Amino acid sequence: MSTGNMNFTLKVWRQKDANSSGKMVTYPAENISPDMSFLEMLDVVNESLIHKGEEPIHFDHDCREGICGMCSLYINGRPHGPKRAITTCQLHMRSFNDGETITIEPWRAAAFPVIKDLAVDRSAFDRIQQSGGFVSVNTGGVPDANIIPIPKVIADEAFNSATCIGCGACVAACKNASAMLFVSAKVSQLGMLPQGQPERWSRVQAMVAQMDEEGFGNCTNTGACEAECPKEISLLNISRMNNDYFSAKLFREEKVHDHGASGGE
Amino acid sequence: MSLDAKIPAGPLAEKWSKHKFNLKLVNPANKRKYDVIVVGTGLAGASAAASLAELGYNVKAFCFQDSPRRAHSIAAQGGINAAKNYQNDGDSVYRLFYDTIKGGDYRAREGNVYRLAEVSVNIIDQCVAQGVPFAREYGGLLDNRSFGGSQVSRTFYARGQTGQQLLLGAYSALNRQIHLGKVKMYTRTEMLDVVTIDGHAKGIITRNLINGNIETHSGHAVLLCTGGYGNVFYLSTNAAGSNVTAAWRAHKRGAFFANPCYTQIHPTCIPVTGDHQSKLTLMSESLRNDGRVWAPKTQEVAEKLRTKQLTAAQVKEEDRDYFLERKYPSFGNLVPRDVASRNAKEMVDDGRGVGGSGIAVFLDFADAIKRLGKEAVSAKYGNLFDMYYQITNEDPYTQPMRIYPAVHYTMGGLWVDYNLMTTVPGLYALGECNFSDHGANRLGASALMQGLADGYFVIPYTLGDYLASIGPKPVDKNNPAFAQTKQEVVERINKLLALKGTKTVNEYHRDLGHIMWEYCGMARTAEGLTKAKGLIQELRADFWKNAIVVGQNEEVNPALEKAGRVADFLELGELMVDDALMRNESCGGHFRLESQTPEGEALRDDENFAFVSAWEYKGDNQPEVLNKEKLEFEFVHLTQRSYK
Ligand SMILES: Cc1cc2nc3c(=O)[nH]c(=O)nc-3n(C[C@H](O)[C@H](O)[C@H](O)COP(=O)(O)OP(=O)(O)OC[C@H]3O[C@@H](n4cnc5c(N)ncnc54)[C@H](O)[C@@H]3O)c2cc1C
Ligand code: SF4
Ligand code: FES
Repeated sequence: MSTGNMNFTLKVWRQKDANSSGKMVTYPAENISPDMSFLEMLDVVNESLIHKGEEPIHFDHDCREGICGMCSLYINGRPHGPKRAITTCQLHMRSFNDGETITIEPWRAAAFPVIKDLAVDRSAFDRIQQSGGFVSVNTGGVPDANIIPIPKVIADEAFNSATCIGCGACVAACKNASAMLFVSAKVSQLGMLPQGQPERWSRVQAMVAQMDEEGFGNCTNTGACEAECPKEISLLNISRMNNDYFSAKLFREEKVHDHGASGGE
Repeated sequence: MSLDAKIPAGPLAEKWSKHKFNLKLVNPANKRKYDVIVVGTGLAGASAAASLAELGYNVKAFCFQDSPRRAHSIAAQGGINAAKNYQNDGDSVYRLFYDTIKGGDYRAREGNVYRLAEVSVNIIDQCVAQGVPFAREYGGLLDNRSFGGSQVSRTFYARGQTGQQLLLGAYSALNRQIHLGKVKMYTRTEMLDVVTIDGHAKGIITRNLINGNIETHSGHAVLLCTGGYGNVFYLSTNAAGSNVTAAWRAHKRGAFFANPCYTQIHPTCIPVTGDHQSKLTLMSESLRNDGRVWAPKTQEVAEKLRTKQLTAAQVKEEDRDYFLERKYPSFGNLVPRDVASRNAKEMVDDGRGVGGSGIAVFLDFADAIKRLGKEAVSAKYGNLFDMYYQITNEDPYTQPMRIYPAVHYTMGGLWVDYNLMTTVPGLYALGECNFSDHGANRLGASALMQGLADGYFVIPYTLGDYLASIGPKPVDKNNPAFAQTKQEVVERINKLLALKGTKTVNEYHRDLGHIMWEYCGMARTAEGLTKAKGLIQELRADFWKNAIVVGQNEEVNPALEKAGRVADFLELGELMVDDALMRNESCGGHFRLESQTPEGEALRDDENFAFVSAWEYKGDNQPEVLNKEKLEFEFVHLTQRSYK
């Protein structure tokens, strides 16, 4: 099926499951077209493995257009590979040199255990969102959308924070495996918008507490996260979150708002 | 079986409110005695699961990705429609209703579509309250853009990432309910069958995608929110994992499958470059607001472009054919998708295609950049331009995009009544996996609207009616139906794992895609469809003899997952072909070459085909039986669609 004329040597992390130890295995990737995406190149390798009756290399992916956040891969020592501001599924083989050796590993972080080969468990991110990454409104009974005007600059900046795809590259890039960039993106989005104000202080406390519980490391302001983030989420988010976190302490004596009992109960 | 769509009688504008009043209610204290299963947590599923949990039901929700935030809805780009009339440009609920019925080429139900238009306004309110950062004007109010098939600006958007922002909103509502313990979320879990007891849906069988455990889950009702089946074509704009399995399994348990042949081919996608390609990427319809579609006027100029003797910019104005503007002066580049796609194909068939393969036309922003400036264009479409650049290595700011139609959306799906219930009592279908509101062609920005309408504003009402009628008695998990269905699932998995042939599942999938695209794509004929049916049957038989499925069940095994999905596509493909062959008319996205107007537009046959086809499964290798739900039009007058 391959159509191109590039060849590579892949060194790939293979690990049967969370409980087994893994190792690097070498595979050739032959007749690769420069127009293939990195994942399509892996598809080609996997098809040939299946033809030989061997197990394909497992990696997470879905949308293959840089928006779902499912793909990962630590390529030649960089999350999502050598190019800035894109995900692995958007990386094309024209970004590599013919004959190159490419090393492919999973995200490495204690809070992201390996599931198999290159796929890791990022459910810690979901649990952080569940701890407070929302506005407590039920369906129905909300005011007209144009009742609250929001200055365009605020709306745009909140949008920038909201574009985080939850891929985890920030954690993988950080020597401390800190999740601050990811968490702060959500905290900032809602903290900037009027809709997020009522729970602003309880939200930041809850999300930071959950982040710590999940075993992510501390932030030492190295900035590797921002440099490797495919959506260019800015470090400013971390400053905003730190500010909110300290302001929130002033509200500590207040009974922390429990996130809205559900209607109908 | 006679199909009762349960559309309430009475004036259009009163149907839904009257119906809501007539539906039975579950009293608040009783709601916690009901368990509801929601399969799929994209826009439809996440909004339904959250809203039902808020009401007090116990919800179990499932998705096959590692997080609900990754559902395919995340990829929607352009926007979501709502009849807010914030622009004061003449929009109304009735106009949105009318545009949608007409856009669907009069093959949808009036009652459903009116309800959709009616609740559209609540959706925007809900999303804004959740903190969804829609685009705004300098005065702080919400901005709108135009989409195909309408002459008003009613599309709300968040740059080119509207689906992402809406899904993250629904995901946050879902997360809140998970936090409160009202939703139990199962990720990396695939539903493989529906359990029915005395004809009612009472549970599902799932496979844990990490360790292969086959599990049973019981509930008082099962909601399928599992998305569309465009990947039957192998190449489509859908995510790699999108599949028909949940809907197809339900079909085989008695849920009728409606209008399977209605497929949307989206006009503006990045063209295919080679056989290695695993998916096609959409360039949002919103680009047609400012981009102009053209092809060279003559084959000679096209040939020079293909062989790079000319660049697009060098083609003189008089050598360009802005074919949509020429043929459809009042809608111009904003004609509906089916019309735009067919016209692009016509250009290519006429030898006027561009790009290396000659299978593309241009979408040109030079005028827009001149008029608005590069910065303004980038603010609106920057992420789409970047995406295009990453894939093609060409800069759309300096040369026009090359685009060609690709499979994008499936209007067909599980048949549901006005309450979103399938023909299996207690089994519901929401979002793209049902057939309900788009007729034979969906207008842009209406899928997000429909998914969220179903989940936030329809099912919370209609489900209660059914639950109240069956009562809160717990489902008997010892009923043999659970063990029996589970056994059947295990046997099927074992059968797949025993396949140790010579051809990979992916190769079968690609072959199926070629057949579907060739014979059941943008132009269909009786002869081609008949041929396709035979080819699919052969391919399916070969699959069950000669496919290779590696690995075992008790591990992460994507090869096994894919094998099950492709096996289902191989069955669905045949039904699509049957449906397309039966529908001896053209309508919307279904274009039968035998049925066209002198100008080459889709020619409907209302006398014989103003019905929904609802196919009934009758057993393996038995022909499916066609049931017809007649479409009654009380309020709109059926005309030949015209966008001239
Ligand atoms: C590239 C692209 C752009 C689009 N842009 C727009 C747009 O601008 N405006 C618009 O209105 N529409 C757009 N659409 C269409 C729209 O995005 C979809 O129709 C809509 O999002 C479908 O939502 P859904 O909730 O029905 O399904 P999905 O979002 O597809 O979700 C399906 C869910 O079901 C789960 N699932 C499926 N099968 C199983 C199973 N067997 N077991 C367990 N879980 C399962 C999945 O995990 C997922 O959670 C676009 C579509 C594409 C492809
Ligand atoms: S902040 Fe960036 S790197 Fe981190 S999860 Fe979000 S998108 Fe990925
Ligand atoms: S596969 Fe979705 S972001 Fe890469």
